[in-house]
Amino acid sequence: MMNDVVKIRPPLDEKTVRSLKAGQRVLITGTIYTARDAAHKRMMELIKKNEPLPFDLKGQIIYYVGPTPAKPGQVVGSAGPTTSSRMDSYMETLYKLGLKGTIGKGNRSQEVIDLVRKYKAVHFSNIGGAGALIAKTIRKCEMIAFEDLGTEAIHRMEVENFSAIVAYDSEGNDLYKEAIKQYGR
Amino acid sequence: MRQIDSQVLTETVEKGFIEITHLPGGDLIAALDKARQEEDSPIGKDILTQLLENARLGREEQTPICQDTGNSIVFMEIGQDVHIVGETLSDAVRRGVSQGYTKGYLRASIVGDPLERKNTRDNTPPFVHTEITSGDRIKITMMAKGSGCENMSRFKMLTPAQGRQGVVDFVVDTVLQGGGKPCPPLIVGVGIGGTFDMATYIAKKSLFRPVGEHHPEPHVKELEEELLEKINNLGLGPQGWGGRATALAVHVETYPCHIASLPVAVNIECHSHRVKTVTI
Ligand code: SF4
Repeated sequence: MMNDVVKIRPPLDEKTVRSLKAGQRVLITGTIYTARDAAHKRMMELIKKNEPLPFDLKGQIIYYVGPTPAKPGQVVGSAGPTTSSRMDSYMETLYKLGLKGTIGKGNRSQEVIDLVRKYKAVHFSNIGGAGALIAKTIRKCEMIAFEDLGTEAIHRMEVENFSAIVAYDSEGNDLYKEAIKQYGR
Repeated sequence: MRQIDSQVLTETVEKGFIEITHLPGGDLIAALDKARQEEDSPIGKDILTQLLENARLGREEQTPICQDTGNSIVFMEIGQDVHIVGETLSDAVRRGVSQGYTKGYLRASIVGDPLERKNTRDNTPPFVHTEITSGDRIKITMMAKGSGCENMSRFKMLTPAQGRQGVVDFVVDTVLQGGGKPCPPLIVGVGIGGTFDMATYIAKKSLFRPVGEHHPEPHVKELEEELLEKINNLGLGPQGWGGRATALAVHVETYPCHIASLPVAVNIECHSHRVKTVTI
């Protein structure tokens, strides 16, 4: 596993995506978008009806998160990742529209691992249950669509040195499988 | 007959949920710290260090340690010499949850109908269980239970022939199948025996023990130790990124059952273990 931390800034181009390898730590600075279960359902409905999405997916990163409400004076409340695999069935549609990255927790299906390779994308994981700490790297958080969904609305976030690890890379490597191989007894 | 005003219940529940979501218990912190010292994967050690740092931030800044402030679970042991005056018990608890989640800036994560899926916006309804006991007090245990881990829980009807080994295999496989999804390191709650509903009930109840406290019966304690060892040999480690600390503890509860049955329930709990008991 590689230990060097690389800094990346979305939108991601193909060269950057190809350079990222499973197990590599990254620090993300710039704009990312939040969406989880209900927002994905809504986006699929819009795509079906040929209507525009709340943001252009090209090269972008979606963070699977539903934060707690911000207290007065806070940018955002607690904001750690939710389980990635619940969004597995939406991935091919989103990759076709140019999405390059996703951030969540936990392993995903083989189908998604294959899609990450096919569409030259990347999937990151960050630490589930570290929401207070992760929120420290979120500088701005603005609701941009589906307000009625509450915590599941789509937000645009400005992040600075947001820490994650490459879980699945564009060559089909898999952090989770490697982990078990290395540490299982 | 002792009278308890329903308002006292409401306030206890309101305060309880605000507190547990940002103030992890000393038992959990000690278990995380021990796991960090024993972890042999560098990345696992780093994750455990960050989780302890996250807990410190939660405590100091009163920010929820995890954004999933959970299913609001309330277990009550009600002494039979208590009379609740004012609202009904269920309304009083529901209002406590509603007020706690609203005033405490906690996340509303409950939909009112599982198929129509419209958020109730105040995390109600809570999931309430009651048992009648002796005495004139009410013991309330509150738990904010994340669904990332709840989703990885499983139930199975084993056969008596499969026995203890069948139980071990099923529990270990449940943890393996969950992988990194339920946010390891975990607390694994196991209910063995009873009926379909009873097994899951005691599995959840086992999670209320202080983290790592063993069952009083030696053969159950031994099973807990064997399960913990096997689970931590899987190699998943913190977050499933590799290492030793896949689980902090395994808690097993048992119950009598039918000659034809061996029900087993595994209730997976994550490291954001938020539980508190108050007696009024
Ligand atoms: S499983 Fe637990 S730690 Fe992970 S996101 Fe859910 S509540 Fe938080």
